[in-house]
Amino acid sequence: MASSPPLPWLKPAFLVGGLSPLALLLLELARGTLGANPIERVLNQTGMLALLVLVASLACTPLKLVTGWTWPPRVRKLLGLLGFGYALLHFLVYVGVDQGLRMGALLEDITKRPFITVGLLALVLLVPLAVTSTQGMVRRLGFPRWQRLHRLAYVAVSLGVVHFVWRVKQDVTEPLVYGGVLALLFAIRLAEAVRKRRARAALSAT
Amino acid sequence: MRHLPPEPLGSEITSESLYLRRREFIKGAALFTGTAAAVGTGLQLLSRRPTGSGGGGGGGGLEGSTPTVAGEVPKPKRPRGPYDTDETPTPYEDATTYNNFFEFGAAKGDPAENAHTLKPRPWTIVIDGEVAKPQRVDLDTMQAWFPLEDRVYRMRCVEAWSMVIPWLGFPLAGLLRRVEPTSKAKYVAFTTLKDPTQMPGQRTDTLEWPYVEGLRLDEALHPLTMLAVGMYGKVLPNQNGAPLRLVVPWKYGFKGIKSIVRISLTEKEPPTTWNLANEREYGFFANVNPQVAHPRWSQATERRIGELRRRPTLPFNGYAEQVASLYTGMDLRKYF
Repeated sequence: MASSPPLPWLKPAFLVGGLSPLALLLLELARGTLGANPIERVLNQTGMLALLVLVASLACTPLKLVTGWTWPPRVRKLLGLLGFGYALLHFLVYVGVDQGLRMGALLEDITKRPFITVGLLALVLLVPLAVTSTQGMVRRLGFPRWQRLHRLAYVAVSLGVVHFVWRVKQDVTEPLVYGGVLALLFAIRLAEAVRKRRARAALSAT
Repeated sequence: MRHLPPEPLGSEITSESLYLRRREFIKGAALFTGTAAAVGTGLQLLSRRPTGSGGGGGGGGLEGSTPTVAGEVPKPKRPRGPYDTDETPTPYEDATTYNNFFEFGAAKGDPAENAHTLKPRPWTIVIDGEVAKPQRVDLDTMQAWFPLEDRVYRMRCVEAWSMVIPWLGFPLAGLLRRVEPTSKAKYVAFTTLKDPTQMPGQRTDTLEWPYVEGLRLDEALHPLTMLAVGMYGKVLPNQNGAPLRLVVPWKYGFKGIKSIVRISLTEKEPPTTWNLANEREYGFFANVNPQVAHPRWSQATERRIGELRRRPTLPFNGYAEQVASLYTGMDLRKYF
């Protein structure tokens, strides 16, 4: 195992790097260089960032399994929360700015448009994960239960990909790339689970 | 005998542990900066969406097609026509950099960026089908047949954004009457140029090429329906459908087919590109209708480009008084 040293700079670096696209977006917004439809730009950009960062958080454990590096799991929680932050921002821009808090229209969107329903469901599923992201919550729930709960991340991000697929007008290549990456990550986790189970079975057989 | 340099005072010697800690700190700081930059750049590159701003005007070097200062609106040369809206036109910069023209790419900023490869002259239009006088005509010849009119129309995209555009062109009716439709003519079919060297987007199969559109004959003959050769008092920029495009202000923008090379009168309803791509979402009629939602979003409101708050969408985009009679007795939910 190529276990990594402590690396005290790792988390701050990921936090600063992870927030930099938001800083850039706000800067462009302030300078008025987001084009003819800045609201659409902010919506698209925050949605993309949410999906990207959440997929990165799901990639941490598989990356460790494949390479043996121990640093990726150390930034997993940070990436998960950052991705949730972007997803929440995406939602707030949609509700507050794009729809201008018109409740009737929002309710109609949520109930009648599957692409909105799925997006909202993805966000709702992320809430308990964000709330239980502290060490204290892991202790309170007990690790096995906490782990089962946090498998919802895969469900939420899959719904996020579906939301993206249903959103695009014609060319679904890009969302399907995300789907492919997600499937690959899931396959690695699954293979690991099977390997563990077999090892346990072999142990109890002796 | 050589003299060694005097030994430094003990107090001046950096202790080994501090020396190592300092090295560790510098290394850490460098790694922190590198990692933060890598993470930030990676996210930025993978999530970046084209702005739909900037880019050239893509006028192809035509006289009068150079982009103007954003927001500058030339004064209409003629008094306001009976169909003009007095709403403020969308800034020229926005109208020429935020476009749907898939022949040049799917992102809003792509057409302004890529449309310079289109050669809008010389340009020939074929008029055929159910007409007494089928013909091939050079665009400059055709333009000389009709006086050009300024018309300020609302433009409502099916994606729930809208603009106000001062077009320059002539009513389609004049052209159709000139070629004398036969008694069998019930529809008008339009075709865009197909040439992947001029239109790089046609190298991908995002849509079926060439782009085709159609109108019922009575819609095509309606005085609001026009063929545009310019906007904002200038030659039409390539990304806005140079050199000749259709404008049907009471229908969603995708009906306004661009870069037209053929106009055919037909007996049957012609196929239309977006309807072929997704018939659930894009109907043949495509009349602007706040009551009939697109499957993925409401059409009850729209965002006028340049405005923050949405505004209510008007039936037939505000032209109900002029066109509603064309659809008397039709179920507009069914014929959307």
